[in-house]
Amino acid sequence: MPILAEIRFALRAALWFVFLTFPIMVIKADPIGQTVIWRWRNAVWVGACSFFVCLALRLWKNYRAKHPALGPSNDGGSFIHRILDHSGQRRAFLGILLAAAILFPFFASSYQTNIMITALIYVVLGLGLNIVVGMAGLLDLGFVAFYAIGAYTYALLHLHFGLGFWQSLPLGACLAALGGICLGFPVLRLRGDYLAIVTLGFGEIIRLALENWGEFSQGPSGIANIPRPGFFGMTLSLDQSILFLYFIMIVFVIATIFVVNRLRDSRIGRAWIALREDEIACQAMGIDKQKTKLAAFALGAFWAGGMGVVFAAKTTFINPASFTFLESVIILSIVVLGGMGSIVGVVCGALILVLLPEYLRALSEYRMLAFGAILVLMMIFRPQGLIPTIKSRYPLENLTDDRP
Amino acid sequence: MEYFLELICGGLTRGAIYALIALGYTMVYGIIGLINFAHGEIYMIGAFTAFIIATALTIYGFPLAAVVIVAGLAAAVWAAAYGYTVERIAYRPLRGAPRLSPLISAIGMSFFLQNYVLLAQTADFVPFPALIPDFDFLEPYSHIIGASDLVILATTAVVMVTLTCVIRYTTIGKAMRATAQDSAMALLLGINVNRVISITFIIGSALAAIGGLLVASHIGQINFYIGFLAGIKAFAAAVLGGIGSIPGAVLGGMLLGLTESFGTGYISSDYEDVFAFSLLVLILIFKPAGLLGKATVEKV
Repeated sequence: MPILAEIRFALRAALWFVFLTFPIMVIKADPIGQTVIWRWRNAVWVGACSFFVCLALRLWKNYRAKHPALGPSNDGGSFIHRILDHSGQRRAFLGILLAAAILFPFFASSYQTNIMITALIYVVLGLGLNIVVGMAGLLDLGFVAFYAIGAYTYALLHLHFGLGFWQSLPLGACLAALGGICLGFPVLRLRGDYLAIVTLGFGEIIRLALENWGEFSQGPSGIANIPRPGFFGMTLSLDQSILFLYFIMIVFVIATIFVVNRLRDSRIGRAWIALREDEIACQAMGIDKQKTKLAAFALGAFWAGGMGVVFAAKTTFINPASFTFLESVIILSIVVLGGMGSIVGVVCGALILVLLPEYLRALSEYRMLAFGAILVLMMIFRPQGLIPTIKSRYPLENLTDDRP
Repeated sequence: MEYFLELICGGLTRGAIYALIALGYTMVYGIIGLINFAHGEIYMIGAFTAFIIATALTIYGFPLAAVVIVAGLAAAVWAAAYGYTVERIAYRPLRGAPRLSPLISAIGMSFFLQNYVLLAQTADFVPFPALIPDFDFLEPYSHIIGASDLVILATTAVVMVTLTCVIRYTTIGKAMRATAQDSAMALLLGINVNRVISITFIIGSALAAIGGLLVASHIGQINFYIGFLAGIKAFAAAVLGGIGSIPGAVLGGMLLGLTESFGTGYISSDYEDVFAFSLLVLILIFKPAGLLGKATVEKV
């Protein structure tokens, strides 16, 4: 009986997990109160959950093995791609989406608009990281450093020179791009995994410097009273300025999608994808590896810097605690969940990962746990992401039809 | 002069801990070419398990010797179990996948384990019981070298020697070396490569747990986040010595420990962590193969 064997396997796995999680899940020792709490219920939960998850996985695997005709399921992705491929449907779909985005703040409270601004910031951050990780295949774990550079550019320029949002925006973005090049130069020769850890180190160095170099950045206490963007010199009320920022972000997202989309189909975009697929072959085809990599770093960082400025303007207060490794992981999760290299995917990924925990408050405690699990599960079960990118094809039917 | 000696002792102690953790990185990298990002978390879980068991046993009134032995064994056993499970769940299904996939999976695992301990235990620092007693004969030198420094150095030395013997003289050690050289060929010659990889993870994790136990009782407090920094620093140590090389990991750990010790002692303690990161970045730029590693050329 195969089902019995599966049950036996699941039971063994459940027992293993109960053993594995025993000290950390069950015992809670309090050295100050000198008490030991035994939480046996947790062990039961772990056992039951791992039993059913394991059983379901095994049965599903068997089912798939017996029905290979099903192939990898791709419903959600192909549905969206079908809409986007059809130009009439695409126009209608994007029109409805745009109308919904514009009307949204008039129906929602300013609290919800604020959340939406955050989500849109992550959309742009995800698209920026998508250039580096998704297209060029360079795993950047210090992406948050560029975000921090942008935010601190605005905060410090405002503090010392009184520069406004609109002057700081290009400066912040360009400084971050410069940072990207500075990081890019030394790591050009490194392979994927080394690159990941050096970028991580870079991100941490930036954060530690901001934290410890008090004269420059005001240290952990941060910089407060950063102004929101003004509307042609008018002073706006809080609600109005949130509304204004929301529309700025909508424009930003559209501009980013447009630029990233064009970049992907451009010469350099193709070079990135070639670099990701095979570095050696790519070099052999005469692509300048260094220039291409540096361009990826700089362009990715450019968007992060711009978003840093918007973030500083949105929260009006920044400190180094906003720019931890956690942020980098969140942005990476967005890219991985959506589908590396896929623009639609990254937009959806950002909206899911930012909005879902906001609206499921009860689950927000488990948010971080979920980010880690998403990275692992996506890699194992669906490495191409929720909405995978599709390679552009050149249809040949028209050519053959015309032939005599 | 005394200050100098103190810094050297402190640096060597730190270095010994880094070396213990770095061994896990180096062994895993040597065999499957993966940076096991979750390794720092295994170290943290080892320290937490030791903390939980030791505190519980102390509360129930067991004698110190029993507490130390049971807590140390429990830390090693559970850390090894976690290492094995992480490999089974997050890395084994991805064997043969593109390079980036296991790396992202490892980052996810590391993040998951951190938050798992955070949710199941606590977000705060917890006081770690002093498992290492003070030695009377060290009393006159206590400002230079403490009992825990001595225990850490001695333990590391014993572990290194044992590990070297295991790798050099036992069958499993031979299998590990073979797998590291060429896993496809090892498979053809009848070596169970999956088992060798599992054992590598188990040994590396147990070593990390010993490191976790020692450092926790040396510093006196732990939280769920200690694995992150320790992991990165140990990785820096492994790269410094030449990743994949076991003596390299030890050398790298010691060098990194001394650098940090002198850096914080003579320059500034604010930038303690920056030294490790800067050292890592510098090495990768100027000598990516590390001090004792061999430069490899990627073949097509």
